[in-house]
Amino acid sequence: MKHLLDPMDITVEEMDALLDLADDIIADPAKYQEVCKHKKLATLFFEPSTRTRLSFEAAMLELGGSVIGFAGADNSSSVKGESVADTVRTVECYADIIAMRHPKEGSALVAAGKVDIPIINAGDGGHQHPTQTLTDLLTIRSLKGEFNNMTIGLCGDLKFGRTVHSLIRALSRYKNIKFVLISPVELKVPRYVKEDVLKNNENVSYVQYERLEDAIDMLDVLYMTRVQRERFFNEEDYVRLRDSYILDAEKMKLAKDDMIVMHPLPRVNEISIEVDKDPRAVYFKQALYGKYVRMALIMTMLEVNV
Amino acid sequence: MLKIDSIERGVVIDHIQAGRSMEIYHYLNLDKLDCTVAIIKNVKSNQMGRKDIIKIENNIDTELAMLGFIDSNITVNIIDGGTIIEKMKITLPKHITNIVKCKNPRCITSVEQELPHVFHLKDEQRGVYRCAYCEQEAERD
Repeated sequence: MKHLLDPMDITVEEMDALLDLADDIIADPAKYQEVCKHKKLATLFFEPSTRTRLSFEAAMLELGGSVIGFAGADNSSSVKGESVADTVRTVECYADIIAMRHPKEGSALVAAGKVDIPIINAGDGGHQHPTQTLTDLLTIRSLKGEFNNMTIGLCGDLKFGRTVHSLIRALSRYKNIKFVLISPVELKVPRYVKEDVLKNNENVSYVQYERLEDAIDMLDVLYMTRVQRERFFNEEDYVRLRDSYILDAEKMKLAKDDMIVMHPLPRVNEISIEVDKDPRAVYFKQALYGKYVRMALIMTMLEVNV
Repeated sequence: MLKIDSIERGVVIDHIQAGRSMEIYHYLNLDKLDCTVAIIKNVKSNQMGRKDIIKIENNIDTELAMLGFIDSNITVNIIDGGTIIEKMKITLPKHITNIVKCKNPRCITSVEQELPHVFHLKDEQRGVYRCAYCEQEAERD
């Protein structure tokens, strides 16, 4: 694995090895605290981010490495019109590995074609967000024990939500996965995801619902997403749809006792604060798993061992 | 009736949907050739009603693979010595570059300088091409 652009760049075997390494880091973090000494991670964030950027930076620091980079396109030469290609060629002179978030879809592929150091796609517009997928997979495996034979509900913005597309692709390689896709008609999973991943795939089946309360009782995992303001072309559509799917204590009463509620965060109002104290709400644990899985990923891509 | 001579050696691109020959002329960069090129529009056709034809004289090296993307009904005849020596089967190319542009405003191709617009064939049966960068389906203009 030279670069990580798409969750499908990782084979099932590589994924299992990554998650096993993350498990070992969780069990004994002291063993890993100097494995990336003298290595530098560049975090190139052309878009705002809290969890992804800080978890990458925390991950590298906990491995004993250093971090350089910028947060926000305004703090880089892209504001002067510098291309992605020129930016990463320059950064390659200063860093051993790059984690990049950019609002344009396919930007990480462009970056990967220009440099010899590993590129990690930390989100390219509404397209892919593979390290969120790794985070999600580690969370599910750690809290549910396995991936096979699961009913996974995906709720909210399934059209522009890149985390959802990545998760669907990655989980579709496991056995007997049932996806329950819960969204307004306007924000359904794009046709290309259905055609490429969901249709004619014996591992997975899917059903679509418009109301969360009609489907929540069948789920092992409920993955909530935010209806993102920045993915809309006009404010009117955003306002009309943003409150469509709110998870509250009433809806949680309908769910299984061992269902887990995940969310890539940030949330706006799609999960009521009252749900936070429900033990089935695991979205802040999920953010912590994100750091551990990124530690495992950085180690793997830099080919460093304990 | 307008008469265009048959060619001794070259390529005849036939069964072009009427009105699309100029588009194909540009796709194939025929304006850059020094040889004679005839564009015949709105020819009567039993099969199509009306069709366009392009004849390229003394050049059989033109890259024709992308014709499959534009219109799979097009036929291509290679002529030598005044006779058809090969009827080329037009197939869908695996990749197309700079034939159409990605229409996704969120695609990196909309801002990155001099980035080629590359599409990969994803569904041969339906002729679906997707952008190499953002996976948006290619739209035939």
